[in-house]
Amino acid sequence: MELSALVPFLAAAIVAGTPILFAAAGEVMTEKSGILNLGVEGMMLVGAVIGFMITIVSGNHWAGIVAAMLGGGFMGLIHAFITVTLKGNQVVSGLALTIFGTGVSGFLGKSYQGMPTADPFTPFLVPLLSDIPVLGSILFKQDVLVYLSIILASGFWFLLYRTAWGLSIRSVGENPAAADAVGISVSRVRYLCTIIGGIMAGLGGAYLSLAYVPSWQENLTAGRGWIAVALVIFALWNPLRAVAGSYLFGGVEALTFRLQTAGIQISSFFLSMLPYLLTILVLVMVTVRLRQEAGAPLALGVPYDREER
Amino acid sequence: MKREPLIEMNKISKSFPGVLANHNISFRVYPGEIHALLGENGAGKSTLMSILAGLYRPDSGQIKVRGRQVQFRSPRNALESGIGMIYQHFRLVNNFTVAENIVMGAKRRGIINRQESMEHKVQQLSERFGLGVDPAARISSLSLGEQQRVEILKMLYRGCDVLIMDEPTTVLTPREVQDLFKILRLMADEGKAVVLITHKLHEVMEIADYVTVLRKGEVVGSDRIENLQESDLTRMMVAREIEYGQVNRNTVPGPAVLEIEGLQVRGDLGYLAVKGATLDIRSGEIVSIAGVAGNGQRELVEALAGLRIPVKGTIRLKGKNITAFDIRKRLESGLNMVPEDRMGMGLVPNISVMDNSILRNYYQPEFSRGPFLNYPRIRKYARSLVKNYNIYLSDINYPVNFLSGGNLQKLLLGRELDKKPQVLIASYPVRGLDVAAAEAVFQLLLRERDKGTAILLVLEDLDDIFRLSDRVAVMYDGEIRAVLDAGTADINTIGALMLGAAPTGAEHV
Amino acid sequence: MYRMRMVRREHASMRVEVMVPFMSIVLAVAFGWLFLSWSGHDAAATYMRMVNGAIGSKYNLSETVVKAIPLMLAGLAVSLAFRMKLWNIGAEGQLYMGAFAASGLALACGDMSSWLLLPLMLLAGFAAGAVWGGIPGVLRAYWQVNETITTLMLNYVAIFWVSYLVFGPWKDPAGMGFPLSARFSLNAYLPVLGTTRVHLGLIIAIIIAVLFYIILNYTRWGYEIRVSGESQEAARYAGINVTRNIILVMLISGGIAGITGMIEVSGITHRLQQGISPGYGYTGIIVAWLARLNPFAIILVAFLFGALLVGGFGIQTMGISYSIVLILQGAVLFFLLAGEFFRKYRVVLTKGD
Repeated sequence: MELSALVPFLAAAIVAGTPILFAAAGEVMTEKSGILNLGVEGMMLVGAVIGFMITIVSGNHWAGIVAAMLGGGFMGLIHAFITVTLKGNQVVSGLALTIFGTGVSGFLGKSYQGMPTADPFTPFLVPLLSDIPVLGSILFKQDVLVYLSIILASGFWFLLYRTAWGLSIRSVGENPAAADAVGISVSRVRYLCTIIGGIMAGLGGAYLSLAYVPSWQENLTAGRGWIAVALVIFALWNPLRAVAGSYLFGGVEALTFRLQTAGIQISSFFLSMLPYLLTILVLVMVTVRLRQEAGAPLALGVPYDREER
Repeated sequence: MKREPLIEMNKISKSFPGVLANHNISFRVYPGEIHALLGENGAGKSTLMSILAGLYRPDSGQIKVRGRQVQFRSPRNALESGIGMIYQHFRLVNNFTVAENIVMGAKRRGIINRQESMEHKVQQLSERFGLGVDPAARISSLSLGEQQRVEILKMLYRGCDVLIMDEPTTVLTPREVQDLFKILRLMADEGKAVVLITHKLHEVMEIADYVTVLRKGEVVGSDRIENLQESDLTRMMVAREIEYGQVNRNTVPGPAVLEIEGLQVRGDLGYLAVKGATLDIRSGEIVSIAGVAGNGQRELVEALAGLRIPVKGTIRLKGKNITAFDIRKRLESGLNMVPEDRMGMGLVPNISVMDNSILRNYYQPEFSRGPFLNYPRIRKYARSLVKNYNIYLSDINYPVNFLSGGNLQKLLLGRELDKKPQVLIASYPVRGLDVAAAEAVFQLLLRERDKGTAILLVLEDLDDIFRLSDRVAVMYDGEIRAVLDAGTADINTIGALMLGAAPTGAEHV
Repeated sequence: MYRMRMVRREHASMRVEVMVPFMSIVLAVAFGWLFLSWSGHDAAATYMRMVNGAIGSKYNLSETVVKAIPLMLAGLAVSLAFRMKLWNIGAEGQLYMGAFAASGLALACGDMSSWLLLPLMLLAGFAAGAVWGGIPGVLRAYWQVNETITTLMLNYVAIFWVSYLVFGPWKDPAGMGFPLSARFSLNAYLPVLGTTRVHLGLIIAIIIAVLFYIILNYTRWGYEIRVSGESQEAARYAGINVTRNIILVMLISGGIAGITGMIEVSGITHRLQQGISPGYGYTGIIVAWLARLNPFAIILVAFLFGALLVGGFGIQTMGISYSIVLILQGAVLFFLLAGEFFRKYRVVLTKGD
């Protein structure tokens, strides 16, 4: 591919990867605390539709963003309540949230289908940096949310690996009994991390309806929530790796789209399979070769019961 | 000079359903003191210390820390008052470094964790108390002794003045034990208090300043170590008249059926739990393993049953070497085991009594026809089990969870006895049972013995051991220290051996 | 001061076992009522229209059955895995693979007699689904690789594989560019009941349910599965080969899901196409859970959900999104999860703190 086609492709890869990055960064936080959230897809849809609706009603896309975060956060709260307080099955709870979220978003968004977005996000030209040839067009002419996603993901990395809070979160995900023994509240940490995951998923969905597409239609996410879940594993539970991974997966999506429009339908499907196959590969390697060393939180998916001995 | 006690526990009582664990206990610890808490199984030492560590709440009594009365609602409260407990199973995050484990969750200034400053602080503390751990090392790469030191550092980091250690030397090599003692002495010299829950007499004599002995939930004695001798301690712990005499028998044991030789077995954490056990069990006799829980009994039983592969040694059943047999093959050869985990391993929860009755032999021709289970036969069998072993239940189709503890044990034991084993191994068969239920179990075991079965029991209560057994094997620190005739043995001797006294050599029977 | 504490129940109460699924449905219906009213719709009329759409006429009833069939099979498929606490959420992908294999056979051997072709298609569907379930099974059995994730990922691989086929090599030249395969020959059609669309798949599903019931409750292998699912320790003590069973269960679970795919292409669509399944693999999980993994209850619950799906189509003319169906499904699951909690724990009021 010649340079003139490469630059917009890479820029498109970043845009395509951003909603996944939001959701994956949040899911990393959730899983690091030991909770598996398979409801990301539903949370993204709820965020997308609420963000869209509020933006139409208020005329301000930031109001929409905040609303989307609240919506996603609320769903995260439900998941936390079921899995932490009620010690319910995490897989089923996540699936319930996905199904429920898909339903709620489809229902609420029915009358908004196909409506043009009020006040969509437009590319924000970073002064000076956006004038750099090639790199400037790829990296510094994106909308504000792209930068926000990178800042948040980096922030999460810093939080997890350089602060005391992050140490507490990771300890809860690795060995809740050890955390409990030193007085860390396992419930509180898991609640917070799951809600954060919901907020981020809501943000990711809102990005789709307010910046990427931008509009609302049923099933807008088209499986991106599941890709985000896969990305967390692919990135070995590291938010910084998730940034790179999300652009890689975004690149796959952008490439798939280009191949389809060029009429080369066949290979695009195999390309689409790639993220999922790669994730299985990574998971197998990680699990077989001492999963602990690669970063999978040891207590992921297991409810914590102090009485249980 | 009157010192003020660091910890004062006054008239502490605590009971659990059916058991009075602590009765009116008063216990004092002074700064700079290494205080040993001694007692048999079920004496109440773990309960008492769990109360101090904030895990349980006492039914009555009060706790004072530095003269001020406190009420602990959780282990965190106790930690904040400067009391830290180190358990036998460490509470460490394997993936984290030493420094991360020590620092996590502790109160701090600022939220940013700087790797070097964390490690520096840990290093300083480590040097002060002679603990010598590398702050940057991963827990998974450390030996058990080193991990224990990390636990100690964790407590010191949080400013603990009182350190409670529950049987700390179980997982240590002799060299590591000495290192630990040096560390504890350093801590005491700095004014800290250490409480050692232990049953090892020689350790008490070696390192403790003060000793409190518990028996059946009460304090039977407490004094400075200088004023006591080993024999005093043994007497306090064990001395009494045996309640029931040994049951009379009219048969004589036959030849050896189970021969265990030089068995070495690893525990869950990797250390050698059984260090070379040699024992014979003859047909028509009951041999009981006496010993404080945690000296390798569980691992020995699991290795005999086929659930754990021994590192070394052989097991022979009627002359045949069964060391390589899996659990099913051993069953078929005539070796049955009744596990201590009744509902969970021995019986399957949420499954009917009828289905549970065939757990280990469902595949045999009497209970299955081709791929199918022969339920008419199974039903008949389950009913016969219920009748023959006097199990009280309304319907064999009900899930087994509905049965009481005593009936569960009768079902479990009956099921295994019904297979007419040559050798029966039972682990803590009367744990948690009331007197009547326990009696029923005893009768079953005695009846079985008279039929000629070789029986190996692991029992908690010395009285039970004397009642049932023909011979007693005392297990301490992974070894069988002595095998004595139950009819002529002195309870004090057995008690002393359980606590680590050196066998005089006259004891092998 | 009184304080609420959660205490583990010692044993299951029979009452709770039955009440929980029942109450979950009732509460979900109530929730749906509230939701509809809050969003400005006539809840009563909506529900009436749904019930009518599902069972109001002979045709409607037959359509309910048509939708119930794949739900039965998918529910049965996942219930087997769930019995052993293996979280097979890949039924959707296993379904697609079964559809693919059966279609391949149908397209290649259209001239074969039905009597031979249909059983072979059934076998092919089973085999393909079994492989798709077996791979995660082997990974879990030998290397403890999390089957939740592997089955989930394979879903998408299977869906894209079918898309590739129908957009590419298998695209019907007479299909006006739509992503469909050529229509199967009549030999590959599952026979139907009268003038309805109810096909032989119903009988197959019922037979499998009966087989499951017999296997789980009357055979040695079923016994091993039940024991292993309840307690790994007890399974060890009993000498059961858990590794072998994990693989077998995943193979069969995947295989049944594969059959689900086969009956959909052979009985309903008569060709391979994108979107063969509107999420039967996932709905099947709800069905299995609600039915507490009991094969006969699964049949019944599948009817209920089939009615829900068909009823949901009917209300779209009222201006209500089909999504209400998903909302109700999600609500049922939530209440079920809450109910599970009460099944395992009692809430006790204790004095003091």
